[in-house]
Amino acid sequence: MNTLTKNPTPNAVSVNGLRKAYGEKAVLDGVDLGIGEGEVFGLLGPNGAGKTTMVRILSTLVQPDAGTARVFGHDLRTEPGAVRSLIGVTGQFSAVDNLLTGEENLFLIGRLLHLAPTERRARAAQLLDRFDLVEAAQRTPATYSGGMKRRLDIAMTLMGRPRLIFLDEPTNGLDPRSRHIMWQIIRDLAADGVSILLTTQYLEEADELADRIAVLDRGRIVAEGTPEELKRRIPGAHIVLRFADAASLDAAARSLREGSRDDTDLVLRVPNDGGIRSLRDVLAQLGDGIAVEDLSIHTPDLDDVFFALTGTLSKEQNQ
Amino acid sequence: MTALTLAIHDATTMIGRELKHTLRFPLLLVGTIMVPVVMLLLFDYILGGPIGHGLGTAAHGAPYVDFLVPGILLITVAASCGPTAINVNTDMTGGIIDRVRAMAVTRGALLAGHVGGSVVRTLAATIVVTGVALLVGFRPKASVLDWFAVVGIVAAFSFALAWLSAALGLVAKSIAGANGSTLPLQFLLPFLSSTFVPADSMPAGVRWFAADQPFTPVVESLRALLTGAPVDSTADLALAWCAAIAVAGYVWAQVAFRRATR
Repeated sequence: MNTLTKNPTPNAVSVNGLRKAYGEKAVLDGVDLGIGEGEVFGLLGPNGAGKTTMVRILSTLVQPDAGTARVFGHDLRTEPGAVRSLIGVTGQFSAVDNLLTGEENLFLIGRLLHLAPTERRARAAQLLDRFDLVEAAQRTPATYSGGMKRRLDIAMTLMGRPRLIFLDEPTNGLDPRSRHIMWQIIRDLAADGVSILLTTQYLEEADELADRIAVLDRGRIVAEGTPEELKRRIPGAHIVLRFADAASLDAAARSLREGSRDDTDLVLRVPNDGGIRSLRDVLAQLGDGIAVEDLSIHTPDLDDVFFALTGTLSKEQNQ
Repeated sequence: MTALTLAIHDATTMIGRELKHTLRFPLLLVGTIMVPVVMLLLFDYILGGPIGHGLGTAAHGAPYVDFLVPGILLITVAASCGPTAINVNTDMTGGIIDRVRAMAVTRGALLAGHVGGSVVRTLAATIVVTGVALLVGFRPKASVLDWFAVVGIVAAFSFALAWLSAALGLVAKSIAGANGSTLPLQFLLPFLSSTFVPADSMPAGVRWFAADQPFTPVVESLRALLTGAPVDSTADLALAWCAAIAVAGYVWAQVAFRRATR
């Protein structure tokens, strides 16, 4: 049996005991994590948790105070040049040149990557086409929408065919349509076999895109696992059943045998992940005899995750 | 490619970017031409009469405009300090700097692009200003070789001031601050030198400062070259100042860059 497939080594990124403080404030307080080759890794946490610092350290922009970090086996401290040639970064803030056209932005990156002129032009044309920017190619980003700017940003990141991409809150500030386009872009990148470190404040987004998620809280990883594993640890997911009268509520509470009841509102809260199968199970247990007035699904949000994992609300930690 | 050819390639790329910026947003270049042109017209037409009469032998017998134009060329070089500091500061506050830093690009390429772009812009502005000067009656007596020397000194001084301006742009907290911090370079130092009138016509304390500060040997060597007077050691002093300012500005800019990107 191949032990590698059973326990994949973190080829793309391996981080041990990483620490970074700004003045008195420890932003990263001993972080360990590993990202496998071709994996989409979600780093989830509220503002100020240390996500951006993590990305800045791994993309060689900032030196850690302590700990080691390797990207495809290259030490960040001793071989930053080798690391830089393997990575691509799309930060939270637009990193496009506003005085150059979309195409010129890609050419600039191509020149800095020392691509031959023919390859530079071919790659730029291919990326403009892929990100639906052909018509906007001769205009400056000042005329672009937020989503277009972000797509140009990602296209610039991809000019050098990076094997590892850092996406720092890539959907921050985008409208729902642009957000879904961005999700599809990330899925396509993952399908190409690129390793991705994605940071986000939204559990939904990490769930949607990531193979594995680490929850970062006040500079520490407080939980790590697949989205399924994490969600199982969160008690926040439940359905709310409302009944017409107390007799129905009693009957329902008896047949389901779990959940918490609220007699004044005639409501029963039952732990449930909200999936079709588990909903069907609940309804089957209730049978035809008990009339349910109303059913709503409550999915856990980041606050639930934080409450569950740290016992404090993330909103308080922001302060 | 060797490290040196890579460095030259990257710097050339960033200079090209800087020049494209100038073409897209020419307002800063127009400003660096307007300032010296307005001063040329002001000093030549409005103030030139009495100043010219009081010059004595300083213009080597030529009219005031021939004394003035070398100073106006110096003003043209100094006027580029503002745009250079503004451009550096703008880059540091935008996201593009992080993108370049996270790529395998020669470390100094970004600042080299700003400095190189600034020198090219300044030379272009100098050509336009010289053209205007010829139109208002400037009659240089320089040989072809002298002209090469003029271009060399302008380029060297521009290079030195560009590094200093880059450092000022790096340490400034805002774009307005970046521009403001270059104002002494743009106006105070030129006025307190022999740009408009000879240093030895000034009051004692100012005269001492004006005679020994870097702008004076630069403008006097330009003046000697353009009026056909003997250049002697003042050009050596000018070039020594250029080298000293360039080295100081370069070191300061490197330190400030490292501090700003930590």
